[in-house]
Amino acid sequence: MPDLLEVRTEPRLNPRQEAAAGVRHRSRFRKRFARSVRGLIGIVTLAAVWEIAPRIGAVDPHFIPPLSDVLKAWWHLAQSGELWTDVRTSLVRSGVGFGLAVVLAIPIGAAVAWYPVLRDLLTPVLEIFRNTAALALLPVFVLILGIGETSKIAIVLFACFFPILLSTISGVASVDPQLLRTARVLGLSPVATFRKIVFPAAVPTIFTGIRISGAAAILVLLAAEMIGATAGLGYLINYSQMNFLIPQMYAGIVTTSALGLAINYSLVGIERHFSRWRA
Amino acid sequence: MSSRIELRNVGQVFRVRDEQDRALRDFVALDGLELTIEAGEFLTIVGPSGCGKSTILDLISGLTNPTSGQVLADGTVITDPGPDRSVVFQQYTLLPWRTALGNIELALEAVGGLNRAARTARAREVLELVGLGDFASRYPHELSGGMKQRVAIARSLSYQPGVLLMDEPFGALDAQTRERLQEELVQIWRATGTTIVFITHDIEEAVFLGERVAVMSNRPGRIKAIVDIDLGAATADEDIRSSTRFAEHRHEIWSLLRQGVAVRNVSKEVHRVA
Ligand SMILES: Nc1ncnc2c1ncn2[C@@H]1O[C@H](COP(=O)(O)OP(=O)(O)OP(=O)(O)O)[C@@H](O)[C@H]1O
Ligand SMILES: [Mg+2]
Repeated sequence: MPDLLEVRTEPRLNPRQEAAAGVRHRSRFRKRFARSVRGLIGIVTLAAVWEIAPRIGAVDPHFIPPLSDVLKAWWHLAQSGELWTDVRTSLVRSGVGFGLAVVLAIPIGAAVAWYPVLRDLLTPVLEIFRNTAALALLPVFVLILGIGETSKIAIVLFACFFPILLSTISGVASVDPQLLRTARVLGLSPVATFRKIVFPAAVPTIFTGIRISGAAAILVLLAAEMIGATAGLGYLINYSQMNFLIPQMYAGIVTTSALGLAINYSLVGIERHFSRWRA
Repeated sequence: MSSRIELRNVGQVFRVRDEQDRALRDFVALDGLELTIEAGEFLTIVGPSGCGKSTILDLISGLTNPTSGQVLADGTVITDPGPDRSVVFQQYTLLPWRTALGNIELALEAVGGLNRAARTARAREVLELVGLGDFASRYPHELSGGMKQRVAIARSLSYQPGVLLMDEPFGALDAQTRERLQEELVQIWRATGTTIVFITHDIEEAVFLGERVAVMSNRPGRIKAIVDIDLGAATADEDIRSSTRFAEHRHEIWSLLRQGVAVRNVSKEVHRVA
């Protein structure tokens, strides 16, 4: 089995040779097809273990039912429309909270970073907020906003806001000074400098914050829904567990994973779209 | 189009913190510097590292103002950057998210006065001028170092500045690319008539490019001598760099720079003995 050392130090053309000959290096080890096949094998193995282990009694099938039972429960939920209601509820809550966070945090972060005095003033405060677990504030949100949708959206907003805000601040503040000197030499106005140079340069950094927030949105919401809700994926999982509908509980969990994967991959896709210019 | 630049008794002092005793001190980068660059002239400036070459360029570009003395362009005091002066920095300063063409259009957008179609047309024109007509839609990371610097030069030329300021623009390039770009630059200068102030610490580059070479002394930076370069009429195929005149000029400047170093070493010795 080739190890990392062997694979990464494999003899190859250097970038200039590649460019001159108009060719691309093709590794002996990492072929696209072989890679996806291996990935598939990994997933199939996981599924097989999940299916077989409860059946042969390696784990208690009451607590961890075989995968096929979980999928059956999932299918049942999907058919009755119950699953869709919960997914939609959760998606709307986290989507609204996340969207608000993006819309608010990016302009605020940009403004804070543009004025160093403001940044010095706010950085410690923001660090405190960022390190305050959103869930610790759930009782506060419930107290102020009640148990309805508003408090759930608010907590998602809180959890998503600070990662985006801080990454925007650091992205804007750390723009290559040489690019800013160029902007001054060219006589770009401050607004044009921000629009044409500072913001595009900060986009990759902003996206790290956005991706962290994307994961946080689902995570925090699920926890909130477990505590006090009458719909949503968190509610579904918690409710199933309390009523000992174990396969249904796992169906909810699997849906959560799928949702998380989908969100992450779409954010990565959007990020790629915005940073096509990168090497 | 070209302008005359004058530096009159220019001093530049920076506030610095001493690394040893952590005290604030004044750091004299330039002191009593006198230099006149005639309109349309190609002047090169050589000097040891840290003598204040980039500081001079920052002053002429208007990015900074001198602590004493005056910097004038065609008789008016320079306080800010302006479209009459453009700069090519040593580091690559292209926007990585814009294509070669887009980077040049940026300068034209900043200067204003042209509509979109006219900007694109003008940008293509200057790209052709630097021989990159076929690379208009490439992103900077898809260009070699020499190409990137050519795009930067094209960007500076696009809005027809009176003065082109260049801070070691070819410093990071390999020898062959550098020579080719030097020759291209001379041709562009002849074609446009722009005043060029070119900073380098490569003596041969200074002699090859400049009509005059200003030699700077060690810090605090002053102009120690100005050497007029006369290489005679060059034919296209001739290797000017191997001619005797070239060698003489090179040696003259080398000696001037050497003196500075020798003096400094002696003073260091004295310091150590004391
Ligand atoms: N903003 C600043 N604050 C403090 N010191 C500075 C500043 N800018 C330049 N200096 C100092 O002034 C001196 C001259 O700097 P400058 O960059 O002009 O040198 P240079 O001749 O361009 O050197 P090099 O050939 O290495 O580029 C250096 O010693 C540098 O450390
Ligand atoms: Mg310098």
